[in-house]
Amino acid sequence: MILIFTEIADGAIKKSSLEAIYYGSKVAEMMDTTVTALAIGNADAAELEKAGNFGATNILHANDTKLTSPNSMAYASVLAETVKNTGAKVIITAKSSFADAVIARAAGALKAAVVGNVTELPNMSNGFQVKVSIFTGKAFADVKVNGDVKILAIKKNAVAPIENNNSAAVENISPSLYENLFSAKVTETIKATGMISLPEADLVVSGGRGMKGPENWQPLLDLADALGAATACSKPVSDLDWRPHHEHVGQTGVKVSPNLYIACGISGAIQHLAGVNSSKVLVVINKDPEAPFFKAADYGIVGDVFEILPKLTKAILANK
Amino acid sequence: MKILVCISSVPDTTSKISFTDGDTKLNKAGVTYIIGPYDDYALARAVELKEQSGATITVLNVGGADAEPQIRKALAIGADDAIRVDVEPTDSYFVAEQIAAVAKNGNYDLILMGRETSDYNSGVVHGIVGEMLGISSFSPVMQLDINGNEASITREIEGGKEKLTASLPLVLGCQEPIAEWKIPNMRGIMTARTKPLKVIPAAGSALTITEKYSLPAPKGACKMIPAEEAEKLIELLKTEAKVL
Repeated sequence: MILIFTEIADGAIKKSSLEAIYYGSKVAEMMDTTVTALAIGNADAAELEKAGNFGATNILHANDTKLTSPNSMAYASVLAETVKNTGAKVIITAKSSFADAVIARAAGALKAAVVGNVTELPNMSNGFQVKVSIFTGKAFADVKVNGDVKILAIKKNAVAPIENNNSAAVENISPSLYENLFSAKVTETIKATGMISLPEADLVVSGGRGMKGPENWQPLLDLADALGAATACSKPVSDLDWRPHHEHVGQTGVKVSPNLYIACGISGAIQHLAGVNSSKVLVVINKDPEAPFFKAADYGIVGDVFEILPKLTKAILANK
Repeated sequence: MKILVCISSVPDTTSKISFTDGDTKLNKAGVTYIIGPYDDYALARAVELKEQSGATITVLNVGGADAEPQIRKALAIGADDAIRVDVEPTDSYFVAEQIAAVAKNGNYDLILMGRETSDYNSGVVHGIVGEMLGISSFSPVMQLDINGNEASITREIEGGKEKLTASLPLVLGCQEPIAEWKIPNMRGIMTARTKPLKVIPAAGSALTITEKYSLPAPKGACKMIPAEEAEKLIELLKTEAKVL
């Protein structure tokens, strides 16, 4: 059996987790077994059943009120206990910084081999081999995973899911919840609301120093809004506090692999490219024709971002 | 307070990556190695805590002898002594196992490291170590203050941040802006030469083997669109690239 650790947002399974379920179903086909998903926290049964559309036979739901707010240590304990109870040998999750914290502790408890940033389905012709993205997307490694229990964190777009009409059977579970898992006290949570999640986004519009100041962000926000895209920024922009740190994309920030990444006024330092080079399509808008980013781009426009962005927004709205 | 700072030795972030020996080994020719950028933040914060309220800092590296210049640099920045576990850092579980083995006998109040290494970017070693030692772990930590036995932590969450308090001992994966990177001064460099560096053998065995490396397929030429016809981009993204 393959077990998928899913993440829940607003009562539903996150899109990246549905992708992980689909990935798991393909691995299950190769290993001639089935897929069970694990959901922790508050979620609607109707939403959980959708795990079936992506290939899960059933979904285990741990819905204790103690688990309502994400707590990586408690979630890891639930995951490890579920692995032991089900006898799962392959655990799959969508890569995220929360999922990393969860699978890490579970790996410690299970003596599991962990491989992150998996970009393709495994090759099982000679053992269990996966391709992973390394050096922040600058290269790939084919890694043979030898542990008895294997945990894979897959990168966005590792597979293109095809939905079916099956629904997953929802089964409630009551895992052991030890006091010490809840010893940390959360004193404050600051979270942008109504924003499209950057790591999950299919479309991203990003700004660099060429935007010339935080007061000039409106045309970029307008384009993101028209596209339904998430917004991001380069490291200097977040260092200057023009934009919040969680928008910083690059080697030391968020790594994204959307279908479309539009870079506005970003020169394309190698550290920034590292965070975005697994995007399917890269668009670069910069007034400097020598900007190194153009070498990595699929489409480029040399010109003033403040003239170009409104034109793009207008073209999208006209087509809607 | 006793702090253990775990550092990786990785190629400089501006390095061009290439491979040798039939794509089975990283080509180290012309590559400058540095302390992992995230580990460097962890080290900087440890040194600040030491300056503020006194602490001893042990720096730990799991790696070959070629990591010693990075270990010496960490000593020059302000660590008091160093341990190197003499083995290639192959996979997260294996590396965590080495760190936990050192930490078990060390009685550390804080075990700090970067949120991830900049080579494999898995971001799980701190959590595995925490579980192995049976103590709490948090990552990615952007702010850390210690008051007696209590740590105040700000960690990044998707779309924002979360503030929390937790009791020591703790394992933390760090990232900016927890502290500014520190550059060693001449006195630090001189004293680092004589600070103790203990080399110990590894325990356990690796769970993964990297069999082959590859580079991404080269990008085709960038299609340029004149600024005055910028709106054509939207059409191309729809019909040609098919991403809208």
